[in-house]
Amino acid sequence: MSAARQVPEAGFEALPDAPRWRTPLAKARSALGGRIGAALARPDLDEAVWASLEEALLGADVSWAVTEQLLERLRHEAARQRLAAPRALRSLLAAAVADFMEAPDGGLDRSGSPAVWLFVGVNGSGKTTTIGKLAHAEVQAGRRVVLAAADTFRAAATEQLAVWADRAGARLVGGTPGGDPAAVAFDAISHAAASGADVVMIDTAGRLHTDHNLMGELAKIRRVAQRASGELCESLLTLDATTGQNGLLQARRFGEAAGVTGAVLTKLDGSARGGTVLSVRAELGVAVKLVGLGEGLGDLVPFDASAFAAALLDGDGN
Amino acid sequence: MFESLSGNLSTVFDRLRRKGWLHPADIAEALSEIRRALLAADVATAVVTEFVDRVRAEALAADLNRALNPTQQVVRIVQAQLVHTLGGEAMSISFAPRPPTVVLLAGLGGSGKTTAAAKLARWFRGQGRSPLLVGADLSRPAAVEQLRVLAAEIAVPVFSEATDPVAVSLAGVAEARRLGRDVAICDTAGRQVVEAALMAEVRTIGQAVQPHYTFLVLDAMTGQEAVHVARSFHEALGLDAVILTKLDGDARGGAALSVRAAVGTPVAFASVGERVGDFERFHPDRLAGRILGMGDLLSLAEKAEAAAEGRGGAESSAAAERVLVGDFTLEDFLEQMRQMRKLGGLGDVLAHLPSEQAAQANEAGVDERRLARMEAIICSMTPGERAQPAVIDGSRRRRIAAGSGATTAEVGELLRNFSAARKMMRSAGPAAARRKSKRSKGTRARSSGAKSSGRVTPAGGARRRAGADLLEKLEWPEEPSGGSAPGTPLPPSKPLSWPER
Repeated sequence: MSAARQVPEAGFEALPDAPRWRTPLAKARSALGGRIGAALARPDLDEAVWASLEEALLGADVSWAVTEQLLERLRHEAARQRLAAPRALRSLLAAAVADFMEAPDGGLDRSGSPAVWLFVGVNGSGKTTTIGKLAHAEVQAGRRVVLAAADTFRAAATEQLAVWADRAGARLVGGTPGGDPAAVAFDAISHAAASGADVVMIDTAGRLHTDHNLMGELAKIRRVAQRASGELCESLLTLDATTGQNGLLQARRFGEAAGVTGAVLTKLDGSARGGTVLSVRAELGVAVKLVGLGEGLGDLVPFDASAFAAALLDGDGN
Repeated sequence: MFESLSGNLSTVFDRLRRKGWLHPADIAEALSEIRRALLAADVATAVVTEFVDRVRAEALAADLNRALNPTQQVVRIVQAQLVHTLGGEAMSISFAPRPPTVVLLAGLGGSGKTTAAAKLARWFRGQGRSPLLVGADLSRPAAVEQLRVLAAEIAVPVFSEATDPVAVSLAGVAEARRLGRDVAICDTAGRQVVEAALMAEVRTIGQAVQPHYTFLVLDAMTGQEAVHVARSFHEALGLDAVILTKLDGDARGGAALSVRAAVGTPVAFASVGERVGDFERFHPDRLAGRILGMGDLLSLAEKAEAAAEGRGGAESSAAAERVLVGDFTLEDFLEQMRQMRKLGGLGDVLAHLPSEQAAQANEAGVDERRLARMEAIICSMTPGERAQPAVIDGSRRRRIAAGSGATTAEVGELLRNFSAARKMMRSAGPAAARRKSKRSKGTRARSSGAKSSGRVTPAGGARRRAGADLLEKLEWPEEPSGGSAPGTPLPPSKPLSWPER
């Protein structure tokens, strides 16, 4: 953690979002917005404009299908309104993106006692770190939190989560290396229910969405968690914001196996382009609930779709 | 690996092939489709533009319609361009005259540095070296612990102490020297951002230990950001090469294709699975063949060699030989299936095959689960029944079906296919293999470097043909062990530096 990044050690709800994550999105904005600006600066609305718009969207990691849908809609609108100047496309594009991003309120469901949140995702996407930060926020907000170290596969994953639990002030329930992750989840939920905890967060082993057997294991963890005494309220997919075109496939496969209820977009503090979010939201209807902006304990904020869309497009980096 | 790019490109070429004579408009259309295929595969936009421009220029210069087969000419141009973009031959690793050879790993958080460090150590050990792992990631909770567990698995020592990353790295190199380890691999901390503090730390470590190799560990699923990441690290550290991780996760190939072209650093290794052994040299020339649906039989043969090495190589190659002459039993067949699993499973084997054969296998309904059922059926047979399937009558069939959870019809089908395959191999196996080997030579020679292809082709071709024939009848094609058709022995280890048996 660099000294320059002073992280407010406040609770989750206490964090105002927009101003803080406009800055991290600055680069994404210049990557996408700048190129869109360049494309729209052309004098005539010809094929070259559409080609460079397409390139700008793909270059921001927006999926192929969504790019096509967006452009299709723009073309249609442009023809209907008989637009001649590319500049007029800007507001159309902004409206289209906002439409694509529209989602129901992205809060986390805490209705169970305890509420059980399952975290899934590919290797290295930031599950453990996200849980650490979220546990911290929940504890700060006065809730009792139990962490389930159900990643029994990766070396030292339990130790890593233990460090986070310690920092955040949460309890940890672990298993044996190579043990049954579903059993760890069950134990953690039982322990939480018995000790009157409010939230259980289950950390699972990272797995590639192409691995059939591991996805099967994940489905089992979910089934077992559903049958335990709490209520499985959230199944959250962590998605690395720098992921390219296959982010969509990740979301789809994890959705099938784990019934994903929302996504956590991690590492948006890089110069990630964020286009993946647009695709996941638009194509799969998975709402982004949280955004990881940095490495500090407090660097996890609720997602705001309209702010995100605006930040991505407006300003145009000119 | 790279299925979607591969699939999209082959669609483009198929469409061209149907035309025969190529109008300039056809070329233009094909080029725009190639562009889309590359963009959809996460290739950096600048790299795509250059790629397409070069293909266009060469296609114009080649005067396509005077070529015997214009489409083939286009494929050749694209392949050459792919090899060019990916960076030609595999990077060679040399060792410092005064050991230890110091390797520094850097990268973003979550890219897989710690795992890659262990895999790399195992790879060096396979090269007859004695590596030491240095745990210099003191930031991420339990990172050193993770390294220790992984290292214990592969029996490689770890050095770390709770001081600071630079001191640990320096002490680690000194420790390697003291212990007489000839390779020291430093695992450094990752961050979530390309930020100044991270770069400064890694740069300081680099200046202190003066590594012989600095590798960037890069998640192959990274999108357009890959180039930016690689460039930042290159500017700070002077990268020698990139290690691509998570290539098994439906990566589109963008990072692999972009980094070399945009930043100039080659890809040296690829990590292709969860196990410590799922780590291989990156061969750009072979990969180009694979992307264009020509398969990568060289790599498959190498994997087969390595897999056969683990246990009774001679024995399993004898079994393979029995398959090829049509004198095999269900036991041999079972053995072949298990060998294939060691090769990384059917999917992985198919991925190495030319797309034609792979498509055949798909049409024949070959899938992992079906193979598992067949294995269960054979396992429910007595050794006597496996050697002499003829003794299996209705009653035994019911018993086998009950034992394996299959139906008697499935048992019957397996037996019918098996005897048909045996008959077919007996009459056509090795002979067909030799005929086919001539045809496959052309593709192989192009996709594998001139120096080795000549010697390897016959055996590889034989294996492939035998596989294809079996496939039609038996649904399980590939002869996976290091065996070979009679009369066409695999070459000795020299030209490809295969491991000694």
